[in-house]
Amino acid sequence: MNPTSKPKVAFYWCASCGGCEEAVVDLAEDILNVVEAVEIVFWPVAMDFKKQDLEAMPDRAIAAALVNGAIRTSEQEEMVRLLRRKSQCLISYGACAQLGGIPALANQFEREEILRYVYQEAPSVINNSGTYPQPATPHNGDTVTLPAFRNSVRALDQVVEVDYYIPGCPPTPALTKAALDALLAGRLPPRGTVLAPDVALCEQCPRLESKPKDLSLDAFQRPHRTALDPEKCLLAQGIPCMGPATRSGCEALCIKGNMACTGCFGPTSRVLDHGAKILSCFASALAPKEPQGIDQALAGLPDPVGTFYRYSLARSLLRRKRGPSQTQHFIRGNPP
Amino acid sequence: MREGNWRPRIVAFFCNWCTYTAADLAGVSRLKYAPNARVIRLMCSGRLDPQLVLAAFARGADGVLIGGCHPGDCHYLEGNYKTLRRFRLLRRLLRDLGIEEERLRLEWVSAAEGEKIRQVVTDMVETLRALGPLDLPGQFRQWDQEVETLKAQVVEAERLTPQPA
Repeated sequence: MNPTSKPKVAFYWCASCGGCEEAVVDLAEDILNVVEAVEIVFWPVAMDFKKQDLEAMPDRAIAAALVNGAIRTSEQEEMVRLLRRKSQCLISYGACAQLGGIPALANQFEREEILRYVYQEAPSVINNSGTYPQPATPHNGDTVTLPAFRNSVRALDQVVEVDYYIPGCPPTPALTKAALDALLAGRLPPRGTVLAPDVALCEQCPRLESKPKDLSLDAFQRPHRTALDPEKCLLAQGIPCMGPATRSGCEALCIKGNMACTGCFGPTSRVLDHGAKILSCFASALAPKEPQGIDQALAGLPDPVGTFYRYSLARSLLRRKRGPSQTQHFIRGNPP
Repeated sequence: MREGNWRPRIVAFFCNWCTYTAADLAGVSRLKYAPNARVIRLMCSGRLDPQLVLAAFARGADGVLIGGCHPGDCHYLEGNYKTLRRFRLLRRLLRDLGIEEERLRLEWVSAAEGEKIRQVVTDMVETLRALGPLDLPGQFRQWDQEVETLKAQVVEAERLTPQPA
């Protein structure tokens, strides 16, 4: 086949850890079929392409661009706007692009608080001159520029329109392969679809049988202080498991590793707000009926935002913390 | 939003069997109280999904008031206890996201307590007046200004660049 007649595919990363790039490589032998079927025209992490190469392409020349990572800087905004323009199909790949992911937990802090900690207060930093990164700095008669660091972390679809979502932290090889196969065969569902089953993880959980109808928990347990039964429903053991509010499709990998679900696949399509939905479930699952007993039972959830919105704060109804943080002790690295 | 014209907006979720009937009683009794609450009737306070509380705030409510049956009086036995547990957890979550705890209030009001409705609504309006507007829709627009400038620049640059062959 003439290489130019193959569908063109681009990969790009924004605010992410690199795990999503790894997940593409994790296709193992299957990646050979992908490479055979498509022409990769842009993949900065693996191949030598520049922004100019992308700019030189006609609009919509790329069949599909897979973008992972949340959007935090002006450079990322610029790149995804360019990719949007050059692609027929823009696919959000992984939890950070879909929901903000772990980087969006920084939406609990203001930009200035983050910069102050990173460039001034962190125990490993010595910055007596008080140097902070600047968007533009004069240097030898020239100007050196840096991308702007935004106050909020955003999901991809809060910056550009997204056609499909492949969920997960990271997406599994099976889901990635299924999505690429569907794309190549032109068998795509309606625009905006999350390419994973639209049922809760509990439905596919190997421990579903042991989930009681009425949980009636006395308290939530901290997982690291609890000896976990490897067969029994984790919620029934008092462990905060995000399964009831989280989309399936991950093959219950964490559960099989005796770990509670942390919610990386995001909510199902019927859920407005991932965190509020699991909050509702956890509160319902408790037995106590008066304020003091309830607060004691809830003490096992010391960080509601970090637990309920582990991956979805940017895409939550409230989007971020309002106003400066009152939890200064936390950002300074002292135990709360 | 101009502070001078601002009136606190409360979304009130009331249980059909008690608080809603009490609000009705307050009306029939011609009690005068602050007109700031938009009442939404539910069959039970336990039917209130916490998502809807967040949605109310996100769409411009300054406060959310939940009214249910006194402990032991739930028409469906357990609904109000579920509400209480969700409320205690939701208030912590709101506080952690910078929304004052007083903006979410839970009250047990029986069908006979029309006077309590008057007190609770009037008192909550005063509390919200002291806190000032929440105005999350305005806040969202303000947060997004940081990406609007670049967006406009990109759109303009695209307009000026000739389409590559």
